[in-house]
Amino acid sequence: MTLAPVEVAYQTYGQLDAERSNAILITHAFSGDAHAAGINPETGKPGWWDSMIGPGKGFDTNRFFVICSNVLGGCRGTTGPSSINPATGLPFGLAFPGITIADMVRLQARLMDHLGIERLLAVAGGSMGGMQVLEWAVSYPHRVAAALPIASSARHSAMQIAFNEVGRQSVMADPDWNDGSYYSGKPPGRGLSVARMVGHITYMSDDSMREKFGRRFRDKGQPSFSFGVDFEVESYLRYNGNQFVDRFDANSYLYITKAMDYFDLGAGFPSLGASLERAQARFLVISFTSDWLYPSYQSLEIVNALRSRNRDVAYCELPSTYGHDAFLVEVEEQTEIVQGFLTQTHKQAARLAGLVAR
Amino acid sequence: MSLVGESQRGPLVHSVLGRRDYEIIGDIVAPGSKVLDLGCGEAELLAWLVENKQVQARGIEQNGGKVMKAIARGVSVYQGDLENSLQDYPDQAFDYVILSQTLQQTLRPLVVLKEMLRVSRLVIVAFPNFGHWKVRLSHLWSGRAPRTGLFPYEWYDSPNLHFLTVHDFEALANAQHWTVEKHIFLSGQREIRAFPNLTAEVAVYLFRK
Repeated sequence: MTLAPVEVAYQTYGQLDAERSNAILITHAFSGDAHAAGINPETGKPGWWDSMIGPGKGFDTNRFFVICSNVLGGCRGTTGPSSINPATGLPFGLAFPGITIADMVRLQARLMDHLGIERLLAVAGGSMGGMQVLEWAVSYPHRVAAALPIASSARHSAMQIAFNEVGRQSVMADPDWNDGSYYSGKPPGRGLSVARMVGHITYMSDDSMREKFGRRFRDKGQPSFSFGVDFEVESYLRYNGNQFVDRFDANSYLYITKAMDYFDLGAGFPSLGASLERAQARFLVISFTSDWLYPSYQSLEIVNALRSRNRDVAYCELPSTYGHDAFLVEVEEQTEIVQGFLTQTHKQAARLAGLVAR
Repeated sequence: MSLVGESQRGPLVHSVLGRRDYEIIGDIVAPGSKVLDLGCGEAELLAWLVENKQVQARGIEQNGGKVMKAIARGVSVYQGDLENSLQDYPDQAFDYVILSQTLQQTLRPLVVLKEMLRVSRLVIVAFPNFGHWKVRLSHLWSGRAPRTGLFPYEWYDSPNLHFLTVHDFEALANAQHWTVEKHIFLSGQREIRAFPNLTAEVAVYLFRK
């Protein structure tokens, strides 16, 4: 099925150089958007990876031109199930076609065409962003000099699919969901907020939750023996669940989680190695010790497949107690690694360009 | 359990070889070649080879902190245990694979050496010589496990699992029909030629199948 026309929301930071050789595409995770860095003038909020993108930061916008776009199927400016279906004049809802990570990447490639960027110095992203990075490296091998999949996977495990399915079922069990047609009425806020609560649990770790909440009670410090909010952790989950409802579309939740679950980089190839053999980029793969949602073994699967094909790959497992959230939180170490890796990539690309020019 | 990968090069490379191991390995390695360094630490040697010999560099290192430094230096290093990591590389993926000051710390040195020969055309191995006269004297006089500048550890906390001499290595190379292309024997900063099994502190071998 074809979807046209498609709108894409994107932001850029820094300056594209004269040779168009310093562009870096940042791909966002499940609930991210195009606002990756800087302060949003409307909301006053920093971008979702503002700690890593900016002048002098890991992705140094004094040196690099950084682009981030909202994914296909999203609800933050890019065409998704909440967009108007030109055939009916109403929001798509479930008439929106099923989408894949490869579709998201194809749309990003069209955006690069539009921006006049033939070759990216790097594509980088965490979690679902890392899946897009992998897809870029395999589908557009000559357009990517470096690939940085962080806290990610070449395919979801049964456990990851299971958590996503709980989230989807929670949305669909909410009567307000109404088979995806809720845009003229009340959105399925209860279902979506419970889905988000589950998500938040999987992004943390036993350690980080113990540290952040422990068994602390809110307010009176006493159990109420009712079903209101007693524990700090309950309050945190409810708050974040409710916040999420205000900024995320329930149908986008369904479509995007499904895209993640269907993603399998090695599908259609004899092996994962055979698919990664197509990649020409140098890779930097990072995982985190306490990330049990995207455990290090999944990163190692990618890394070892690359090594088995003699591809250029650096791999580091960073110590952290933050679980999957670590890729957003552990800034200092990632900054050091990413800066060194990008500097070397830029140097190599310049040398290569020099050779070609000669 | 493995002690290997987290390189214990420190005192050997810096106090015994100084910068000389860079020069020696730099002399051996052909410009533009593909080099894998096992137990590469913070990848100082590899970064030096990239800068001075334009090699394509790869490293394996177990210590996460060192891997971070190595990647920050711009070298593609893989965090892993070298004894279990070589198997993922295809045959003859490299021109040179380097194992500097770590052979005696591997659990199964022969398996490691054979794997090195599988993944690389040429192998460079540097190891401390247990046949050095100071080691022999230390053992003879004290009647205890020898401790010298080269082997400074107490027996109970030494990273060294195997103790080999220049003659031991050559006997193995012979038995395996390896072709030694080059050897360099060092005492302090000096290269020596006479009675290496007695006078060499460190032996460096370049060999192939």
